[in-house]
Amino acid sequence: MQRFFSTVIALVIATGFTAGARAQSAKYHDAMKQSVDQLDTAHTVASMVDLANRFERIADAEKTQGLPYYYAAYCQLMSVMLGTDKTKADEIADKAETLISKAESLDKPTSETYVIRSMIATCHLMVDPQNRYMQYGAASGEAIQKSEQLDPGNPRPVYLEGQSKFYTPEAFGGGKAVAKPIFEKAKTMFASFKPASDIAPQWGAHATDYFLSMCN
Amino acid sequence: MRLVLTFSVLMGLCLQGMGQVRISGQVVNKKKKPVPGASIAVKDSYDGATSDSTGHFSFTTTEKGRVLLEVTAVSYKDYDAYITLTGAPVQQDIVLADNVSELGAVVITAGSFAAGDKQRGTVLSSLDIYTTAGANADITSAIKTLPGAQQVGNQTGLFVRGGTAEETKVFIDGSLVNNYFYTGTQDIASRGRFSPSLFQGTVFSSGGYSALYGQALSSALILESTDLPDKTQGNLGISTVGLSGGYDYLAPNKRYSMGFDYSYVNLWPSFQIIKQTPDYFRVPVNQTIEGNFRVKTGKNGLLKFYAYYSGDRFGLRRPDIDSGNLKDAFSLQNGDFFGDLSWKQKFGKWRLTLSTSYSNNLDKIQATLQDAENQPVKIPAYPYDAKDLWAHNLAQLAQGKAILEYKLHGLSAIRVGGEYQYGYYQSQFYNDTIPHVTTGWTDNYTAAFAEADIYITPLLALKLGGRAEYSSLLAKTDVAPRLSAAYKVGPGQFSLAYGVFYQKPDNNYLLFGQDKDYQKATHYIANYQIMDLDHTFRLEGFYKKYNYLTKTFPDTAGNGFGYAKGIELFWRDKKTFKGIDYWVSYSYLDTKRDYLNFPYEMEPSFAARHTASVVVKKFVQKWKTGFNVSYSFATGRPYYNISDYAKDYYYIADQGRTIPYNNMSLSINYIPTLSKPNSRHFTVWVLSLNNILNIKEVDGYNYSYDNQIKQAIEPPAGRFLFVGCFISFGVDRTQDAINNNL
Repeated sequence: MQRFFSTVIALVIATGFTAGARAQSAKYHDAMKQSVDQLDTAHTVASMVDLANRFERIADAEKTQGLPYYYAAYCQLMSVMLGTDKTKADEIADKAETLISKAESLDKPTSETYVIRSMIATCHLMVDPQNRYMQYGAASGEAIQKSEQLDPGNPRPVYLEGQSKFYTPEAFGGGKAVAKPIFEKAKTMFASFKPASDIAPQWGAHATDYFLSMCN
Repeated sequence: MRLVLTFSVLMGLCLQGMGQVRISGQVVNKKKKPVPGASIAVKDSYDGATSDSTGHFSFTTTEKGRVLLEVTAVSYKDYDAYITLTGAPVQQDIVLADNVSELGAVVITAGSFAAGDKQRGTVLSSLDIYTTAGANADITSAIKTLPGAQQVGNQTGLFVRGGTAEETKVFIDGSLVNNYFYTGTQDIASRGRFSPSLFQGTVFSSGGYSALYGQALSSALILESTDLPDKTQGNLGISTVGLSGGYDYLAPNKRYSMGFDYSYVNLWPSFQIIKQTPDYFRVPVNQTIEGNFRVKTGKNGLLKFYAYYSGDRFGLRRPDIDSGNLKDAFSLQNGDFFGDLSWKQKFGKWRLTLSTSYSNNLDKIQATLQDAENQPVKIPAYPYDAKDLWAHNLAQLAQGKAILEYKLHGLSAIRVGGEYQYGYYQSQFYNDTIPHVTTGWTDNYTAAFAEADIYITPLLALKLGGRAEYSSLLAKTDVAPRLSAAYKVGPGQFSLAYGVFYQKPDNNYLLFGQDKDYQKATHYIANYQIMDLDHTFRLEGFYKKYNYLTKTFPDTAGNGFGYAKGIELFWRDKKTFKGIDYWVSYSYLDTKRDYLNFPYEMEPSFAARHTASVVVKKFVQKWKTGFNVSYSFATGRPYYNISDYAKDYYYIADQGRTIPYNNMSLSINYIPTLSKPNSRHFTVWVLSLNNILNIKEVDGYNYSYDNQIKQAIEPPAGRFLFVGCFISFGVDRTQDAINNNL
């Protein structure tokens, strides 16, 4: 009897916990889904900052999810890349670094977090390309390679590589002609890429199409 | 389970409908300006908003009771406040305080030009030094294009703001470098020994420098060596002046590195093409060996070791000014060693910097009077008997320095430390009339210093420092206060600096029974600077007072004096003209001094009233080629014939002003491997031509002993041409790095 009660209590507690977790998770999932869906249509600095803040709020409230920190970092970096003001780029890159480190400590370093690390280096690089190329150009490329190594099927590092080539002057081994086949490869990879869930990283396909159109 | 889920969603919806509270307000900074993009969040909830372009925000929350509202924005300090949600709309305005970040805060810039690759918005990077036309990869030559430095073509060293070359001291990783320049000969300037690529940071202080440094009356050139290299690589260089090669190894775990470099310089090929006025019977040849290692200590520490040895020799003969057919031959053999070990480590809020170095420099000099057939001649009468001489000059310096820094609130910090230098100098000389004379001195120099950086607000900073020094040779203690302040207004900032600087008399004067006392300079500097990523504008005024300068006549009591005052302007712009980076500098200098054998206070011969430089750089990507042009101008400098011929005192037998100085130089860098990003080597071709217009340069005049003959001092050649090819072979270790980090 004693044992029966214990089992029941255990079951009840377990069920209760599960229900609680799932309920939380539904709220989390909905909030995430809503924000993730806006990523591909956010084209202004203000909308990117807004999304970054939203993801960070979710992350801070959840405390155990790495994904919203990952997105918060991504949106912070995009707010620099979409804008023309580079005066706060270093500070924002440092903030993104803090966010992605939190994401990595909650989950683990992944192909996707290395994509962010590459973007962080690029963000620092943009401030003063001539003098920072040696340090940050190398760091950005290295992160892309790590990302590809961790998940050869991930199209995002390929897209970033294309973007980096696109913005590198022809004389330095970049240019549209060099970037185009890389974007084409990314496009094919995006076509067959299946995100792990509907809130898992899936951005980049639209941007790839955009850059491909610029290459022609 | 689905039921539970649906239920909770429903509950959520109901609650939203029922208990929503609107929170709105405006985020502004302390100057009441709106802060856009700030994040406003109710802690532990998803609820929040981002402020719009006017700083306003508005959102609803279902939270109830006492909640924490958190506000964050880039460049501002985090803000939080408890609010109580009762159901009624909440109006909450928020004032954010500026974050004291190193980037936004005011920096004391009076007197100093920070250059380097690490800091943001630096004035000159090491790449800039390589691509400054006319500098030929010599740090001090590039620095001569900055305001404050003089264009003195016939003497070695940096002449800053009316100071002599000896008044500028060079420090590598905190250690004083005794023989920064190659030993040269009369009327020919020599370049610095160290390559710009050794350093990641350069601070050129033309006055008012920190209490951490001493014994330089006018200027400090503070060089910080590079940390770990980015990758393992080898390099080779072939040029019209010699060969070089090196290898830098970076451990796969990126915790330590080792490097080795060798170079051989021989000016024979260059001198075949570019005719030199002096007759070089021994063409300059130089060999240099360098080694280094760097080890990371813990998470925040780095130990660096660097050793340098160089040997060089040359010999030249020039017509003797006192006779029609005789010649003066001069030959030099030099060996120079410099080694330093430094360690930087952070312990929480503490930071310890230890450095130690040793240097040894030996110059073996022979001067000979020769006849028309280049055979030695002996004439046992003055001035000829003094033209035959053997001399060995030995300089040794061992030093240790410790600095302990404690980070206070914000950016404020306190530094205390001490240093010790053991200096030994010996000079031996003899000829037919003077017996072998050995003179020398030993000095134990100790100093203690303290400095505080105080940020009253992020926009107002003070630096208070002091330095106490004791030299056993002078048996005197001095105390040198240093003060500076900076205040940021709008895009620009004002800085002020005051400081007292002491310096021992120069090595040679310490030998000959001079009354030994510190020379003294007092600096007052005011500066205004505006700097962003693409532009730098600086305006600086200074006044410098000299006391106790070394005198050699009428007596050797150190009662020389003088002053220097001036205005300097610097403008660098990387943006206005597409693809063109240029800077312009201008210096106005008014200086007079009475020192050495000067009969009265007068303008020294190393000071031009007006000096200006324009440096332009353009990289044409299509041609993979960089074009760099520089033009320097200086008004004529005074020259004097200070003579004691036929009198028992020194007098001005002749004086005047030289023709103005004009020099236009060009350098071209061609990088053929640019378009092959995956190539394992990187090649740079360099062509540089100094004084392309071949404009005559006169640096002063030499006079015969009896004042009858006057000869212009001109550079050994009007132009100089340099062609070189430098290849670096990167050993790509990316794969190792990936494998080791996963």
